[in-house]
Amino acid sequence: MAAVGTAEGVVRARGIPRPWRFLAGAFLIASLLVGLGVGPLHIGVGGIVESALSHVPFLHLNSPLDRIESAVLWQIRAPRVVLAALVGGMLAIAGASYQGVFRNPLADPYLLGVAGGAGLGATLAIAYTSSSQLVPPAAFVGAAAAVALTYAIGRSAGRARASVALVLAGVVVATFTAAVQTFVQQQNSQKLAGIYSWLLGGFATAGWHDVAVCVPYIAVSTIVLLLHRRVLDALSVGDEEAASLGVDVARVRVIVVVAATIGTAAAVSVSGLIAFVGIIVPHTIRLLVSTSYRAVIPLSLVVGAGFLTLADVLARTALSPQELPIGVVTAFFGAPFFAFVLARSR
Amino acid sequence: MIDASGVSVELGGTDVLRDVSFSVRRGEWVSLIGPNGAGKTTALRALCGLVPYRGEIAIDGHDARELGRRALARRTALVPQLPERPPELTVAEYVLLGRTPHLGYFAAEGPADRDAAARAIERLELERFVQRLLGSLSGGELQRAVLARAIAQQAPILLLDEPTSALDLGRQQQALDLVDSLRTDGLTILSAMHDLTLAGQYADRLVLLDEGAVVVDGPPRDVLTRENLAAYYHASVRVVEADGEVYVVPRRSH
Repeated sequence: MAAVGTAEGVVRARGIPRPWRFLAGAFLIASLLVGLGVGPLHIGVGGIVESALSHVPFLHLNSPLDRIESAVLWQIRAPRVVLAALVGGMLAIAGASYQGVFRNPLADPYLLGVAGGAGLGATLAIAYTSSSQLVPPAAFVGAAAAVALTYAIGRSAGRARASVALVLAGVVVATFTAAVQTFVQQQNSQKLAGIYSWLLGGFATAGWHDVAVCVPYIAVSTIVLLLHRRVLDALSVGDEEAASLGVDVARVRVIVVVAATIGTAAAVSVSGLIAFVGIIVPHTIRLLVSTSYRAVIPLSLVVGAGFLTLADVLARTALSPQELPIGVVTAFFGAPFFAFVLARSR
Repeated sequence: MIDASGVSVELGGTDVLRDVSFSVRRGEWVSLIGPNGAGKTTALRALCGLVPYRGEIAIDGHDARELGRRALARRTALVPQLPERPPELTVAEYVLLGRTPHLGYFAAEGPADRDAAARAIERLELERFVQRLLGSLSGGELQRAVLARAIAQQAPILLLDEPTSALDLGRQQQALDLVDSLRTDGLTILSAMHDLTLAGQYADRLVLLDEGAVVVDGPPRDVLTRENLAAYYHASVRVVEADGEVYVVPRRSH
């Protein structure tokens, strides 16, 4: 039975091809180092690494950086870089998961109303309170409530068209929350600048507190989504056939949507609305590496983190000392790059 | 072994199946026939738990409802009429999907799963195509890949919905010969078929459905009569018996 042996050797899912594992990891590390090193005060890679190692107990290394450099690196840049990486990875992995669970290439993490709900929550907090501390929790609650409402409306349409009904319900909720948000915003025109700057997204005020707020949600969410990568491949044959293969499609969809929503809501609450990452990163991976979710899900996390970190570097340096909204950067560089990948793929 | 008794299905306010009873013995090939809309596909979907039904369906003596989705998928493998064929999956990945009901929710395929998929690929002579993308296969090769996925599922019951509908004459025979050869592995087969001559030649027994109800159940020569086909298909045919086989030949009525 030599033939079985040969077939068995090659009968396996492709997963992530080895060179891409290395490339994606290298891209993320390079992005983080660029994020930490680049700015009005330049800090070299050696300085960053030695300063980091000096914090490790029992190594007894001295940091080569002076007090100011050290403060800039660890109190200003590091939280900002870590937050951008967390948010970028989260938005990309959530986008990939939504695309898998709805089998819709245009699905993004905002599909079911997360953006509209978060925008409304943040706008209400900015307009009617004076505490900026309340903005992230208000955005989080708004996002989660919007998706819950989407689910409630979608479910009333019945099981047969579950996936389409859910997407349409998301359109309904997004439109409605946007209308209310705009109304509140126009009523409070003196706070327009604050609202507008939150909606455009960015990491200008990022601190370790923001990281601590969103890390637990993003960690749980990404772990759940990573564990679903094989099941998402099974959904690629459609709801009906996946069900005939023993997959409880409705349950998978709920678990993935809830996980992706919690993570996205946490990310949005500390970063504002950053478009495009959830679409462009997973599709770039599909075009360059593989369409299997065993590759798309983990690579989206890593590449999304690196991508948004680099975008944030540009956002804060391009017009320094002014900050560009990060969405402008992701779209300005992301769109042409995506067009290039798209054109090369056929 | 399949035992359906008093099965009724209502879809969108219409009774698609009414009080349908039939059984398929272990190792038998039974084909559901009947005009368009008779309920053949719905009967197959009910058997693998894809539509809610009233009545009882027993698979190998177990109530299908109580088996649950995964356990049911380990006993019945469905080959739909128009299977989804994600063009970017490799044949290996596609056939491995057949292992889904054997895997834990978060588990990945192990050596036993790869072995089962490899055997299915070998059984359908797809070794050369293992690494090819589905989108690059011809119609006949795709058909074999779909069957390989069902075989990899290692379910004792194979449900085939119109297995020959998109194939030319030669490929129809090849596909059915292939399915027939799988019976040597002990598979029980229930198919839904349009081509009555082929259904009669390959199946041991035919179940004729009309408007959601079983109207005739028996060996092909008893079911494929001119009277039955006129009554339920409103077709004018000549039924020819030769060499122990039944041939249904349409004839122009005027």
